[in-house]
Amino acid sequence: MAQNNRTTRTFGLQPADVTPRALWLNRRSLLAGMGAIALTAGRPAQAAGPYSTDLPPNSLEDITSYNNFYEFGFGKEDPARLAGGLTTSPWAVQIDGLVERPGTYALEDLLAGLTIEDRIYRFRCVEAWSMVIPWNGVPLAAILDKVGVQSGARFVAFESLARPEEMPGVAAGLLNFPYREGLRLDEAMHPLTLMATGLYGETLPNQNGAPLRLVVPWKYGFKSAKSLVRITLTDTQPTTTWQGLQPAEYGFYANVNPKVDHPRWSQASERRVGGGLFAPRVDTLMFNGYEEFVADLYKGQDLAVDY
Amino acid sequence: MDRVNHGLRRIPPGAIYLLGAIPAAVLIWQALTGGLGVDPVKVLEHRLGEWALQFLVAGLAITPLRRLTGLNLIRFRRAIGLLAFAYASLHLAVWLALDLQFRWAEIAADLLKRPYIILGMLAFVLLLPLAATSNNTSVRKLGADWRRLHLLTYPAVLLAALHFVWLTKAWALEPLIYLVATIGLLMLRGGWQLRRMA
Repeated sequence: MAQNNRTTRTFGLQPADVTPRALWLNRRSLLAGMGAIALTAGRPAQAAGPYSTDLPPNSLEDITSYNNFYEFGFGKEDPARLAGGLTTSPWAVQIDGLVERPGTYALEDLLAGLTIEDRIYRFRCVEAWSMVIPWNGVPLAAILDKVGVQSGARFVAFESLARPEEMPGVAAGLLNFPYREGLRLDEAMHPLTLMATGLYGETLPNQNGAPLRLVVPWKYGFKSAKSLVRITLTDTQPTTTWQGLQPAEYGFYANVNPKVDHPRWSQASERRVGGGLFAPRVDTLMFNGYEEFVADLYKGQDLAVDY
Repeated sequence: MDRVNHGLRRIPPGAIYLLGAIPAAVLIWQALTGGLGVDPVKVLEHRLGEWALQFLVAGLAITPLRRLTGLNLIRFRRAIGLLAFAYASLHLAVWLALDLQFRWAEIAADLLKRPYIILGMLAFVLLLPLAATSNNTSVRKLGADWRRLHLLTYPAVLLAALHFVWLTKAWALEPLIYLVATIGLLMLRGGWQLRRMA
């Protein structure tokens, strides 16, 4: 909690800017049960903003107990069980490559002066399940602007923490850690691309990639690398962890696309998890429903080739 | 070992069916009461498939166990085989009804295009004639053909194990253990068969 309060002050966020957690948690039932009147009681409903979805978010418990975070194990319950001991403070992020002001930045310094925004995003895993997650964070563009992107930069590479003594999956060598991801610069600078620092108005739980993770809502979840320790601006396309493991299955782009299947399973539809045994399967949307915002980025590209 | 075998003779095979039904009952109870976590469909689907595979491998282990240790579980083999089939059927039913939710176009596409689904379905199809002939009448009627027909168990278990290995995103340990166990058991039998022919 102390951490959270300090965070709140550092980021210049007023308590009133954050929806009280109880209201968040009750939002679904309020919406369903009492209609619009309930929403005018107390604080008005969370201003959705142009990028947030109106879909009801998954519960905090859903979001924090069902995670793919292989640094802690292959099981979806492993991160919630094993990430508690991860040291997230102090935290530093090395920013290097084609930037004006390279260096190792303390997280507080990186975020100082930036406004934490609420973004309720659809989250679509490559495994064909999905959630709706109320993130808090800053646009990645704001951080990149802060360090100054050199004109020759075309890609951004991300590296996650690999600390074997706190991460059993790293100690066991489950993948070729550290986990690496990458974006094209225009993708990285897109206003939808978020560096999440929290969810539901609270400090980001460790199992969700504390203290700083990427969120790229129109791409499969594995693109949203967790617990970032390094950001590198480059002029060549970086190789990502999954590309290195199975290049035929995981491309650099990994845009959510119902028409381009994973070689081993269909991406045409998804199950929205958290709704119990009979939760309906729904059609997957192009770019995970963010087509109007991001389709222009891929004009002229064959998305079956650039998967 | 004789004493163990003697004791085992007092257990009616019917008890195996009852014991074998317990995991399914527990799973279904958990699924209905929210005990399987955020994505109960996947957990239910996977656990049922896992139990099917475990019963299949157990069935495969009965003859080697007898030859290597003298432990005689042959009386329970039919029950174990039929339990494997029951769990495989439930696994398939959950996939069709709760996971794919009868989206037939997607189901058809999966069955044509996805290797691991094709393997799983093939394993299930191979189990059908085995389950249908797992009764005394069929054994009597088919005679030597019954034995030959039930050799289908071997490819069925192998396909089921491969089905599990192929569906994971990375190389997980558990599916590989089943695959290695299956291949090991098949090689034991293959070796004995060769020696007998030599």
